[in-house]
Amino acid sequence: MTDYRTKYQMTPVIGWLLRDRGGMILLAILIAASILIPVGNLLVPEGSAFHVPTWMMSLLGKYLCYALLALSVDLIWGFCGILSLGHGAFFALGGYAMGMYLMRQIGDRGVYGNPELPDFMVFLNWTELPWYWYGFDMFWFAIVMAMFVPGLLALVFGFLAFRSRVTGVYLSIITQAMTYALLLAFFRNDMGFGGNNGLTDFKDLLGFSLQADGTRAALFIASCVMLGICYVVARCITNSRLGKVLIAIRDAEARVRFTGYRVEYYKLFVFTVSAVMAGIAGSLYVPQVGIINPGEFAPALSIEIVIWVAVGGRGTLYGAVLGAFIVNYAKTFFTGVMPDFWLFFLGGLFIAVTLFLPKGVIGAVPAFGAPDRQSAFSTLRKRFLNGRANEGGKA
Amino acid sequence: MSEAAAIEIEKAERKAAKANTILYVDGVSVTFDGFRALNSLSFYVEPGELRAIIGPNGAGKTTMMDIITGKTRPDTGDVMFRSEVDLTKLDEAEIANLGIGRKFQKPTVFESHTVFDNLLLACSGGRGVFQALFHRLGNAEKLRIEQTLETIMLTDKRGETAANLSHGQKQWLEIGMLLMQEPELLLVDEPVAGMTDSETEQTAKLLRSIATDRSVVVVEHDMEFVRDLDCKVTVLHEGSVLAEGRLDHVQKDPRVIEVYLGR
Repeated sequence: MTDYRTKYQMTPVIGWLLRDRGGMILLAILIAASILIPVGNLLVPEGSAFHVPTWMMSLLGKYLCYALLALSVDLIWGFCGILSLGHGAFFALGGYAMGMYLMRQIGDRGVYGNPELPDFMVFLNWTELPWYWYGFDMFWFAIVMAMFVPGLLALVFGFLAFRSRVTGVYLSIITQAMTYALLLAFFRNDMGFGGNNGLTDFKDLLGFSLQADGTRAALFIASCVMLGICYVVARCITNSRLGKVLIAIRDAEARVRFTGYRVEYYKLFVFTVSAVMAGIAGSLYVPQVGIINPGEFAPALSIEIVIWVAVGGRGTLYGAVLGAFIVNYAKTFFTGVMPDFWLFFLGGLFIAVTLFLPKGVIGAVPAFGAPDRQSAFSTLRKRFLNGRANEGGKA
Repeated sequence: MSEAAAIEIEKAERKAAKANTILYVDGVSVTFDGFRALNSLSFYVEPGELRAIIGPNGAGKTTMMDIITGKTRPDTGDVMFRSEVDLTKLDEAEIANLGIGRKFQKPTVFESHTVFDNLLLACSGGRGVFQALFHRLGNAEKLRIEQTLETIMLTDKRGETAANLSHGQKQWLEIGMLLMQEPELLLVDEPVAGMTDSETEQTAKLLRSIATDRSVVVVEHDMEFVRDLDCKVTVLHEGSVLAEGRLDHVQKDPRVIEVYLGR
C-alpha cells in the first residue's frame, strides 16, 4: 500500500483505479465489448457463429443504461445511505430531454407533416411550439438539458429535504412521492410531452437513421463509454476525502455533524451528481428502445433499481452494474418464457439476497469480499453464531 | 447604597465573571412537552479548566450538552463561548468549527473506516464539499495524526477498521477525533461507561493530560472516576445546579446526599 502511495503520489486517480480490481475488470469488459460487439454486428457476416444480431446489441445497450442507472443509485445508497426510491424520475427526465430532440428531428415526416410541431401537438390542435420545447432541435442543447434538468430537480428537492434533515425511510417515501407526482403530471396531455403515449416514432439522430445497424452500434459504444466514464467519476468521488465523509455520514451522521461538516451539502452534492448520471442513462436509453412515456416514472420501477443494486452488491459500484445485468437478463428471460412468474421471481430474489447474500452477488465472491474481507458465508456463519439478524438493516 | 446601584454592581460583577470564561451558561431553561429538562441552569467554565458534572438520572446532563452544541435550542437563557459568541444562534457544524468538540455517551466512530481515516476526517481544516473532493493528504496532517494515535494509545491499530476495536478503544478513538478538531472546549459524555478498571484509569490520565491546554467538561456517573479526575465538580439536579466545589466538599453537602441516597 505504501509503495502505491509514493509511486502514484502525482496521480492518485490512477493509483486508486489500479487497486480497484472489480473496477479494472469492469472497464476491461466495457472496452472489449465496445469493440467486439459492434465488430460482430457490422463486420461479421450474418451466417457466422460470431455474428451479433442487432436486437441483441440493442438489448445489451439497454442493459448498459440500466447499469449506469444502478451505478447512480449505488453512489448515494451504498456510500451515503440515501435510499432514493425515486431515481427513475431522473432517468425519465433525461430520457424525455433526448426524446424531445428526437421528436424535433422527425420534422415534416410525421403523420400530419407539420415541420414545426410534433404529431401529438397537431392532434391536440396546438398552433405553436410551447416555449419549453425551444432549443430541442439542437442536439447539444438536448444533451445539456438531459443532465441539467435532473440535476436541477435533485438540487432543489435535495436542498429542501436535506436541510430539513429528512432521512431514512421518510426520505425514501418522499422520493416515491416525487416520482409519482411527475408520473401524474406527464400523463396530462396539456403538459406538452405527449401525455399517455409519450414520445415515439423517432426517425433519426444527428441525421443517422435509428434503424440502421451503424447508428445502433454507435449508441451501444456511447453507452459503454458513458458507463466507463461515470464509473471512474464515481470511483474518484468515493475514494476522495469527500467519499470518506459520505461513508461517515452513512455510518454516523450525528458524529459527522459534530465534527464540523455540513452534512446537508455533502448529501446534496452526491445526490445531484447521481441524478445527472441517471439523466445521462435515460438519454442513452431512449434512442435505443425507441420510446419514452410516463410509465418510466412509475414508483415500482424505481424500487426495482434498488433491487438491482442490492442483488449485485451495495457500496461497491461494480456490484451495481453486475446486479443490473443479472436482474434484467432474468427479466428478459422470464417475461419471455413464463411472464406470470417474473414478479414472484423478483420478490423471491430480493428476499433471498437480503437473507443469504447481504453483500450481494459480489459479496459472495471472496476476492471481492474486500474491504471487510468477509465472504457472504462467513457473514452468515457469524450471524448464526451470534444468533441475531439485525445486521444490514440500516437504510 | 441604593437598590439600583446594587443591581448595577451585580450586573458588572456578572459581566466580569463572563469576561474571563470559555463557557458561560446563564439562566438556561428548556421544556420538552411540559417536562422541564433544564430549569434556569447557570454555571461557567474557565479557560484550561477540567470540570466534572455529576447528577442522578434525568438531572439534565445530556440536555445541557445538546444545548451547548446546538442540537437543542433553549427556551430562555444565554450560552456564550469565549464570552463573545452566542451559541444559541448557531447550528452543530458552526459550533464544532468554533472549537467545541463533543463526545457522545455511546462511542460513535466511523465504523467502516480505519482508525487512521477516522482521525483524518476529524482533522481540523477545510470542511467544504469541494475542498474535501480535491483534498490530498499532507505531511503536516500525517504527523498530527501520528501524534494523536500515540496520545490515544492506538498507534498499532492505525490500519484496523474501527468496527473491530474494543469498546474502550472506540472511546479513545472518539476522544482522539475530538483532539484532531483542536477544540478549545471539549464536552465528554460518560467516557468510562462500560470500560474495564485499567481502561478507566488510563482514560482519566488521558483527560487530565488533555485538560492542560484546553477546557474539558466531563459528564459522569462513576464516582471513582470523578475522584481520579481530581477537579472541580458541579452537581446537577432537576435541571439546575445543586452544589459546586471539590468532590469531598460536595459529597458532604446534605442536599447532595439526599438527592443521591435519599427518598
